[in-house]
Amino acid sequence: MVTANLAYLIPLFPLLAFVINILFGRYVKDKACWISVGASALSCGIAWPLIVGVIGGTTYHHDFAWLALGGVDLKFGYLLDPLAATLLFVVTLVGTLIQIYAIGYMKGEARFSRFFAYLSLFMFGMLGVVISDNFLLFFMCWEVMGLCSYLLIGFYSEKDSAANACKKAFLTTRVGDVGFLLGILALFTLAGTLSFAELHDAVELNRDSQLMITVTALLLFCGTIGKSAQVPLHVWLPDAMEGPTPVSALIHAATMVAAGVFLVARAYPLIEASAQAAQVIAIVGTVTALTAACVALTATDIKKVLAYSTISQLGYMVAAMGCGAMVAGIFHLMTHAFFKALLFLGAGSVIHGTGTQDLREMGGLFPKMKSTAWTFLIASLAIAGVPPLAGFWSKDEILLAAHQYGNLYYYALSLTAFLTAFYMFRLFVLTFLGKPRNPDIHAHESPKSMTGPLWVLAVGSILVGLPGSFLAHNWFQDFLNRGHEVEHPVNYTVMITSIALGLAGIALAFLLYRGGLGMGEKLARSLAWPHRVSMNKFWIDEAYAAWLVRPWHALARLLFGLDAKVVDGAVNGTGAGTLGGSRVSGWFDKYIIDGTVNFIAAFTQFCSDIFRLFQTGFIQNYLLIVFAAVVFILYFGIR
Amino acid sequence: MTSHILSYIIFTPLIGILVIAFLPKGQGEKAKWIALATTLAVGLLTLVAFSQFQLIGEYQMVEEAEWIPQFGVQYIVGTDGISFPMVFLTALMSILACVASFGIKERQKEYFVFYLLLETGMLGTFLSLDLFLFYVFWEVVLVPMYFLIGIWGGPRREYAAIKFFLYTLAGSLFMLLGILAVYFGSTPNTFDLRVIAEQDFTLRFQQWVFMAFFLGFAIKVPIFPFHTWLPDAHVEAPTPVSVILAAVLLKMGTYGLLRFNYMLFPDAAHWFQPAMFVLAVVGIVYGGFVALAQTDFKKMVAYSSVSHMGFVLLGLAALNEVGLRGAMVQMFTHGTITGGLFLLVGVLYDRAHTRDMTHFGGLSGQVPVYAGILIFFSMASLGLPGLSGFIGEFMVLLGGFEVRPIFTGVACLGIILAASYLLYMIQRILLGPLNEKWSELTDINGREIATLVPLMVLVVLIGVYPSVLIEYVAPTLDKLNMLLNPPDTLLSSVGGAP
Repeated sequence: MVTANLAYLIPLFPLLAFVINILFGRYVKDKACWISVGASALSCGIAWPLIVGVIGGTTYHHDFAWLALGGVDLKFGYLLDPLAATLLFVVTLVGTLIQIYAIGYMKGEARFSRFFAYLSLFMFGMLGVVISDNFLLFFMCWEVMGLCSYLLIGFYSEKDSAANACKKAFLTTRVGDVGFLLGILALFTLAGTLSFAELHDAVELNRDSQLMITVTALLLFCGTIGKSAQVPLHVWLPDAMEGPTPVSALIHAATMVAAGVFLVARAYPLIEASAQAAQVIAIVGTVTALTAACVALTATDIKKVLAYSTISQLGYMVAAMGCGAMVAGIFHLMTHAFFKALLFLGAGSVIHGTGTQDLREMGGLFPKMKSTAWTFLIASLAIAGVPPLAGFWSKDEILLAAHQYGNLYYYALSLTAFLTAFYMFRLFVLTFLGKPRNPDIHAHESPKSMTGPLWVLAVGSILVGLPGSFLAHNWFQDFLNRGHEVEHPVNYTVMITSIALGLAGIALAFLLYRGGLGMGEKLARSLAWPHRVSMNKFWIDEAYAAWLVRPWHALARLLFGLDAKVVDGAVNGTGAGTLGGSRVSGWFDKYIIDGTVNFIAAFTQFCSDIFRLFQTGFIQNYLLIVFAAVVFILYFGIR
Repeated sequence: MTSHILSYIIFTPLIGILVIAFLPKGQGEKAKWIALATTLAVGLLTLVAFSQFQLIGEYQMVEEAEWIPQFGVQYIVGTDGISFPMVFLTALMSILACVASFGIKERQKEYFVFYLLLETGMLGTFLSLDLFLFYVFWEVVLVPMYFLIGIWGGPRREYAAIKFFLYTLAGSLFMLLGILAVYFGSTPNTFDLRVIAEQDFTLRFQQWVFMAFFLGFAIKVPIFPFHTWLPDAHVEAPTPVSVILAAVLLKMGTYGLLRFNYMLFPDAAHWFQPAMFVLAVVGIVYGGFVALAQTDFKKMVAYSSVSHMGFVLLGLAALNEVGLRGAMVQMFTHGTITGGLFLLVGVLYDRAHTRDMTHFGGLSGQVPVYAGILIFFSMASLGLPGLSGFIGEFMVLLGGFEVRPIFTGVACLGIILAASYLLYMIQRILLGPLNEKWSELTDINGREIATLVPLMVLVVLIGVYPSVLIEYVAPTLDKLNMLLNPPDTLLSSVGGAP
C-alpha cells in the first residue's frame, strides 16, 4: 500500500529537524523551535489518519531486507497494530505539547537550537521504537533515545552534578541494554526470527525449550529494568532530573521510560509461555512500585518527588504485565503519560515562576499561579486514582489483575496506591496551599505557551481513561485484544477499596501538611528509623558506589598494574634477558673465544721470542749447540 | 587480458617516492603536496578497481609473473571480498592521514618517503597471493614504521620503535617457519596460495603450521597477551602514524588469520576454536578494564583497540557465516572509528600539548564542534546502534552466541566497559566546569574536519545500511564458510540428531 508507507516518514521528519538544527543551528537560532515543533506536527499529520485506520480494523505492516545474516535475512519495517497505534497517539500528542511548552521554558537559553535538535532526535528514536516491527530495529531506536537522554540530562554539562547524572544514566541503562541485546541474540538463536508479527508462532513452535524461553524473556526484560527504571537499576532516574524540565517530562516520565513497558508488551508471547518469567516480572514491578513510593514520601525536591513517583508508577505497569494483564499495563502507560507529563510541566512552571525546586520554600502559590495550580490539582487527583479521572480506571484494572494473580501483590500495590495519593497531595498542599514560607520568592504565572499545553494535558488526564472504563464497555481493552475479546468482570470490592485508599491518602496529606511543615517534621521524629530509610533511598546508591563502582575501577587499576608489571614485564624481561645474554656471550666471545685465539697467538709469539734467542746467525753458536746435543745423547744413550 | 590495476595500486606510491627524492634541497614543503597527490592517485585507482569488482567468491583482477623460478617464487597479486575492503580502507586512511601529516615540520622529505613506502607495503600485504611475496611486503611495512615512530615520535620514541620492530619481527619469524613448512609440505613445492589451498595437509601438520602463523598474526592484531607493544607504539607515534597503525596495520593480523590460517588449515581452525574463544573474551574484557584505568587519552584509545580487536577474533572464533561477516565488518569499522579517535586525540594534543585527561574539563563550551565530533566517534566506538560499530559487534555476538553463549555473554562485559571508559573520557575532557587554563583553546579547523568527515559518512552509512559493505564480502566469506564447515559434515550432523 503506497499511502501506508508514509509511515516511514513519521520518525523521519523529526530526524530531518535534528539534522537541520544541529548542522545549521547558528543560522536558524530562535527558529529552531519551530523546525522541531513543525516536524512533530507533520508526524502527527501522518500518524493520526493511520491511527484512525488501525481503529477501523486495519493493521499496517511493511518490511524490507536490511541485513543478510547468511541463510536468513533480517528484515526491517514498520508494524502499526493496536498496540503501536496507542503508543503512537500518546507519543505524538504528548511529545508535541511538551515541545510547544519548551519554547517558553527554554527562551533565552544559550544553546536553544541544540536543545531542540536533541528533542527532535529523541522524537525520532521514540517514534522509531513505536512503529518498528522487530526487536533489533526496536533496540536500535531505543539506544538512540538513550543517547538523547544522555545529551539532554547533561545539557547543563558545566554543572558537575549534571555531568555525573548523564554518565550515570547512560551506564546504568547500558547494563540493562546488554541484557536486552543478549535476549535478542538468544531469541534469534532460539526462534530464528526477531519479528513481532512472527513471534507468537515462533514461540508456539519452540514450546519444548521451556528453559530457553524463560531465559530469553528475562534477558529481554533486562532492557525494561534499565530503561523503565525498575529495581535494581532505578537509580539513574532521580538523578536524571538534572536535565531541563521539559526533558524530564518528555523522556523521563511520559515516553522513553514507558518504552520499557512497551517492550514487555512486544515480548508478551514469550512471557505468556513462561510462568517463571512472568512471576519475576510481577515481583520486580511490585517491589519497584512500593519502594519508590516509600522514597517519594520524604523527598523535598519537587522534581525528585515526581521522579520517584514515576518509578513507582512504572513499577505498577510492569507488575500488571507480570500479573498477566498486558492490556491494563498499556492502559496505565497511556493515562500515566498524560498526567505525569502534566505534573512535570506543572512543576516546571512552578520552578519557572519561583526559581526554586525546594518544597520547603514554597507554599501559598495557588492565588499567584492559578492555571498551574488547577491543572496540577487535576493531575494529582488523576494519579491518586480519584474517579472518573484517567488514573482511576487504569489503576483499578491493574489492582484487579493483581487481585486475581496473588494476594501479596494486591496488598502491596494497594498500599502503594494509598502512599501515592498521600505523597502527591503532600506535594500539592506544600506547594500551593498554606502560607508562603519564603518571603523572598515572588511567584508569577508562566506565559501562555506554557500554560496552554498544561490545559490540553489536563483535559487529557480527565478523559483518556474513559475509553477503558465500563462506561464505554471497555472499548480500549477490546481494541488492544483485537481478535480475542474477553469478559470484563467488574469487581466492586477492589474498586471501592481503591477509591477509599486514594481518598484516605489525600485526607491524611491535608491533615498533616495543611499547616505547613511542622506536623510532618514531628511525625518524622517519632518514626525516626523508617524516616531515615526513606530519606536515604534505602542506601542503594551508597551500596552501588561501595560494592560495584569502586571495585570496578579497582579491578581496572589492578589489571593495568598487572599489564605494566607482568605482561609487559615479561616482554621487557625477555628483552632485558636477551640483552643480558648477549652481554654474557659478548664477554665470552671477547675473553674466552677471542681470548683463546689471542692466547694462542701470544703463546706462539712467546715461544718464538724464546726460540729466536737461538737464531743468532753465528756458526759457532750452532756448532756449540750441536756439540752439546751430541754429548747429551751420547751420555744418556750409553748409559 | 590480464588487468594490471592492482600492480598500479601497489606501486604508485613508489613513483611519489622517486619524485620526492629528486626534490631540490630546501623544498621540503612541497613533499607533502606530492605525497597527497600520490595517495589521491592510489585512491582513484582503488575506485577504478572498485568499479571492476565483481560480487563473486573467486580471486579477481589476478596478475601473475615469474619472479624467482628456481624456488617457485612468483609475483601473484589478486583480490577478493576479504582483501578488497582492506585495500579500500588503506587507500582512504592513507589520504586522510596524509592530510593530517601536514603539521609535520621536521625532515619532511624523509617523512613522506617513509610514509609512501609504508603505503606500498600495506597494499602489497593485502594483495599478495604468493606466500613469499606476502612475507616480503609484510616485512617492508616494518621498516618505514620503525623510522616513522623512531624519528618523528614522542619522548620515548626509540624504545617504542625498537619494541614494535623486534616484537613483530619475532612473530614473523615463526610465520616464516610456517611458510617454509608449507612450501616443503606441498607438492609441487610452491608458494602459490591458490595451489596450497588445494592441498590435503594432515591434521597434525595443520596444527603446527596454524600455530606458527597464528603467533605471527597474534602479535600484529594484537591478541592478549602479545599486546603490550601497542600502547607504547601508539603513544609515541605521531598522530598520522597512530592512525595508520590502528586503522590498517592491526587489520593485517586478522586479515592474515582469515587468508592463511582459515583458508589453508580449516581443520586446525576447528581444533583451535576453544583457545580462540578464550583469547578473544580475555582480550575484550581485559583490554576494556585496562583502558578504563588510563588517564592518557591516547593510551586509552590504544587499549580500547585491544578490546575491539578482540571482537574481531570472537567473530573469527565462531567459525560460522554470521561470525565471519561480523569479523569483517568489525575490522573495517574499527579502522574508521579508531582512526577517527586517534585523529581527534591529535587535534587536542596539537593545541594543548598534553594528553592527560585529568588536566582538561569543560571543553564542550569552549570547542563545541570538536566536542560534537568527539562524542560522535565515542558513540560509534561504544557501539551505538545506527553507527557502524554496532553492526560489527552485533553480528560477531550473534555468531558467537550460536556456538558458545556463555563466553559471548562474558564478552558483553566489553560493551559495558566501552561505555565506561568512553563516557569517563568525555566527562573528563568535555563536561564539568571549564578549566580556565584552556580558555584560549581554539576549535577544530577546516583541514582537520576534512579528515574526519569521510570517516563519519562511512560510519553512518554502514551503521544505517550495512548491506553496502556486506554484499561485497559475503560471496568470499560464504566460500570460506563452506571450506570451514563442509556441507557433508553438516548433513551428517543433522542426520545424526534424533
